[in-house]
Amino acid sequence: MTAQEYQQMVHSRTPHSPLAKDCLMAFLFGGGISCFGQVLRVLYERTGLAEADAKLAVSVTLIALTAVLTATGAFAKIARVAGAGTAVPITGFANSVVSPAVEFNAEGRVLGTAAKMFSLAGPVIVYGCGAAALYGLILFLTGAA
Amino acid sequence: MAERIGNSTVRLLSRPSVLAAASAVGKMEHEGPLASSFEIFCNDEFWGETTFEKAEVAMQKAALAAAIDGAGVTADAVEAVFAGDLLNQCTATSFAMRDLGLPLAGLYGACSTFALSLGLAALAVESGGFHCTMGSASSHFCTAERQYRQPLEYGGQRSQAAQRTATAAGAAVIGCSAQYRPHVDCFAIGRVRDLGIKDASNMGAAMAPAAAQTIEYFLRDTGTKPGDYGMILTGDLGSTGSELLLEVLRTEAGLDLSAVHADCGCLLFDAARQDVHSGGSGAGCSAAVVCSHILKRLQNGELPNVLFVGTGALLSPTTTLQGETVPGIAHAVLLTAG
Repeated sequence: MTAQEYQQMVHSRTPHSPLAKDCLMAFLFGGGISCFGQVLRVLYERTGLAEADAKLAVSVTLIALTAVLTATGAFAKIARVAGAGTAVPITGFANSVVSPAVEFNAEGRVLGTAAKMFSLAGPVIVYGCGAAALYGLILFLTGAA
Repeated sequence: MAERIGNSTVRLLSRPSVLAAASAVGKMEHEGPLASSFEIFCNDEFWGETTFEKAEVAMQKAALAAAIDGAGVTADAVEAVFAGDLLNQCTATSFAMRDLGLPLAGLYGACSTFALSLGLAALAVESGGFHCTMGSASSHFCTAERQYRQPLEYGGQRSQAAQRTATAAGAAVIGCSAQYRPHVDCFAIGRVRDLGIKDASNMGAAMAPAAAQTIEYFLRDTGTKPGDYGMILTGDLGSTGSELLLEVLRTEAGLDLSAVHADCGCLLFDAARQDVHSGGSGAGCSAAVVCSHILKRLQNGELPNVLFVGTGALLSPTTTLQGETVPGIAHAVLLTAG
């Protein structure tokens, strides 16, 4: 049997992810988190925070909640159902920082927790900052900024 | 003296026996269909230790000690232990032996390790230079996840073809005594086979061609057919890999294994009830299933013989990141009740 023939066999025999269910769950959980964020923003604004500060406070709250849920192991259980619904909002980014920080605590606070903390989030920061810089450069060159 | 038959197989003429065996498993494995077969279990994933790595050491030590105890020998009587695990540099095994003081031949065969260790332990006894040896292997879900995949608390979804690394260890004591059974009658060391699978989450697919090759060669060498075996047991292809194994053997060799085939990864967990996707995996999976469930069935006469084919995916996180394909391997051990 050639590698090509086998890979065709594997393709036809390997079960695929339930796309419709995954999309529905991502929509419901992602939408739910976004709605919760909106509710928080309204509440923060009612306490007298300016719009920009209220937005920041929403992000901080969601990050803090994710950190607690990650540390207790609840986040991974929710994410198993929610998929992209918890990964795409800021909750996903917070989880990707907290989970290696908790996991590698056994290897010490410096070379474990601190060094591994950005092992998953590092690429997001690197390419996120890179893309922002590129976008800024384009705006600068085109005179839009 | 062992006799070589065909291209790949060795027949052990002195018929070394499994004097005793024991297995130790974690909580989820103990909630599976084979719960009553396991000698030792622990609901605490740390096994009372402070790290998952220490937990795996404790689990492997528990299985080894119980097997030595079951054989009615002292640790000093064990002349060699052939053992391995999935961790970098096989530390679960070497740290367990540091504490137990047993002579160690460390092995790495990924999930095929137990078949390799059982075969080599029997071969050592067959050589006449050893009277009492052991085969052992372990894996721990938490140590494997953090080494091969993501942190445990990372929130992600797993592929449908993915298998769950078993928290399990198995150990068997091998010696030459006609009154004990089953006997280890044949052993075949497999060849590495790679049909270009790159998806590290579909290890069943990566290992199935190697399993098919080892089974085909073994049947040809011994002049036997699938119906001559009470069970042809792979460990661990999972449900996806098992389907592929049957199809590859049908296509390449015209062999139909469906009536006698079982897989340790499918036996250990109930996929309908437990969230394990394609089934169990890990060096400890086949070790625990064979050392408990299968040996008991051989000993009580339910199975006349079992062709145990341990399968391993020989990848590392580095080779996966570098875009390499996943080579597979499979070793065969024939266990006979009578």
